[in-house]
Amino acid sequence: MEIVKRPHVENFIEWSKDKPEVVVLTADLTNSSEVGKWRDTYPDRFFPMKMAEQNMMSFAAGLAREGYTPFIHTFAVFIYRRPYDQLAMSIAYPKLPVRFVAFLPGIATPGGVTHQAIEDVAIMRATPNMTVLETGDATEVESVLDVAHSVDGPVYIRMLRGEVPRLFPKAEPMRLDEVRVLSEGDDVTVLTAGITTEEAVRAAAPLAAAGVGMKHLHVSTHKPFGDPVVLDAILGARHGVITLENHTIIGGLGSAVAELMAENAIGKKLVRLGLQDTYAHGASQAYLMKEYGLDAPALVRAVEKLTGRATGITEPDLDAVRIEAVHSLAKAEAL
Amino acid sequence: MNDWQDQTQEIADGIRRRVLEHVLSNNGGYMSQACSSAEMFAMLYSRVLRLGPSIAPLEPRKFGGVPGAPGHEFFSGGDYNGAKESQFDRFIFSPAHYALALYAALIEVGRLAESGLDHFNEDGSTVEMIGGEHSPGVETTTGSLGQALSQAGGIALARKLRGDTGDVWVMMSDGEFQEGQTWEAIESAARFELDNLRVIVDANGQQCDGCIDEIETGDPLTNRIRVFGASAVESNGHDLGTLEEAMTMSTGKPHFVIARTDPVRGLPLFGERAPLLHYLRFTSPDERAQYQAAYEEMVK
Repeated sequence: MEIVKRPHVENFIEWSKDKPEVVVLTADLTNSSEVGKWRDTYPDRFFPMKMAEQNMMSFAAGLAREGYTPFIHTFAVFIYRRPYDQLAMSIAYPKLPVRFVAFLPGIATPGGVTHQAIEDVAIMRATPNMTVLETGDATEVESVLDVAHSVDGPVYIRMLRGEVPRLFPKAEPMRLDEVRVLSEGDDVTVLTAGITTEEAVRAAAPLAAAGVGMKHLHVSTHKPFGDPVVLDAILGARHGVITLENHTIIGGLGSAVAELMAENAIGKKLVRLGLQDTYAHGASQAYLMKEYGLDAPALVRAVEKLTGRATGITEPDLDAVRIEAVHSLAKAEAL
Repeated sequence: MNDWQDQTQEIADGIRRRVLEHVLSNNGGYMSQACSSAEMFAMLYSRVLRLGPSIAPLEPRKFGGVPGAPGHEFFSGGDYNGAKESQFDRFIFSPAHYALALYAALIEVGRLAESGLDHFNEDGSTVEMIGGEHSPGVETTTGSLGQALSQAGGIALARKLRGDTGDVWVMMSDGEFQEGQTWEAIESAARFELDNLRVIVDANGQQCDGCIDEIETGDPLTNRIRVFGASAVESNGHDLGTLEEAMTMSTGKPHFVIARTDPVRGLPLFGERAPLLHYLRFTSPDERAQYQAAYEEMVK
């Protein structure tokens, strides 16, 4: 497994080269949002808005109305929580092409509750006109820019930074409202997004060896959520469906799947793994994923519950297939 | 008074008269806002703003849908302020509850049909009570107060980057200086040296809950704005000559005119309700008759 260091840094610089309409706005988290080098490369297109997110949102709206495409770079919580009224009224209502590059999704930060965006997908999904994307690996970090740029309206991106695994081939970029099928099977259908995808990938081989057929879908577009592959996968799951998300189980991927199942009258069990309607706290990603049941062992236990069958898979079994030891033990990043 | 002042005052008087007329026929409305802002709207639309001719129909259009709604046609209320061209100014209207006064101003300067106000607050109409960005004269969504100045800052920054020669004018109310975002906007407009951003503030000392007690802050608004890096001058908001001087001065910075106004200007009877002047609704037929008499006096 390749681990890519800061894939966004150079990729975004290269991508912006022939797009003079692209401007970047930050709120005192420029290097933390991996655009310090972008600022130095394109100083005339970089606007430091300081710790004033409400103003940054409405300013971006003004720029967008005049033909620029602002890429707001900061932590997710400072995009959808603090200045929500400005995001909704200045940007989302007029459907302006502002891109929110939102770092530190869910518990992917030791920064504690103030830095952990655990309900952002729910709020952004509920915001009319908003397209909601989530990156799950380096290939998606690199290709999400094209996806966002193709959308006529505001786009919220759950972005990964630092050391990011490459799970998907470079030649297979993210595409709008298309899931990736990562494994086939007809016992259970598992849907993951973002950093939880790697967990399900870890569980795939042991589950197969235990005779459990898992169809695994990786989701990178939360809204719109209309890929027919999802519905087919749900219909084909003998025992039921599991969602595993780096987010509260209310309003995110689990809810989107529940809505789809209800609207299509699919009477199957659905297990929603994720933060169980709780805030988290500051600790390492691996620790928190275990504590809150967002990791491979939690998924295996949910599969056993759905199928009513013990797999015999133990945590050491899963540790043994840990994709990349260096990555999983990566030190907590500075804020 | 010279000719232009006579003409501008006539427009201001017309705004008050039309709004009172409307309040009488609808048994309520945002009256004090028109009383205080009539001269500044008249100044903006007849003397200060460099606008192209309206590109919107005189008769207000029906609501066509929100921006981007499939199957609907969205149009901008900014069309009433003319085409967006480099040499023209832009007008960004912040206190959306002043919409009635804005519509009256548009009628006075011939950008909106007289009958436009007949559709005020009517279901399916764009002449909404709180102006939206489809409403005549309204270019951005600003009913959540304090957002327009930042939006205008972004527009002014874009226009500077592009080399436009026109200014971006914002009309604000004094209550909006209670919002933290307003101060964020002033600070950043000063930092980006947006000397093409100009703001007129209706300092009528009124907000929904009553009087704004500026004394509490210990410092007048002009001083606070200057400390944040912009230029600010006080002006009598009803004196056209003073307003002209304050609105046209060049300072090389984002420029604020704090227009001190009287929320019952031209309608002293309304003063009996002080300090609650945010919205006028008649409580009895007698009271309505008194306002009717005041209206008769006004049109005499």
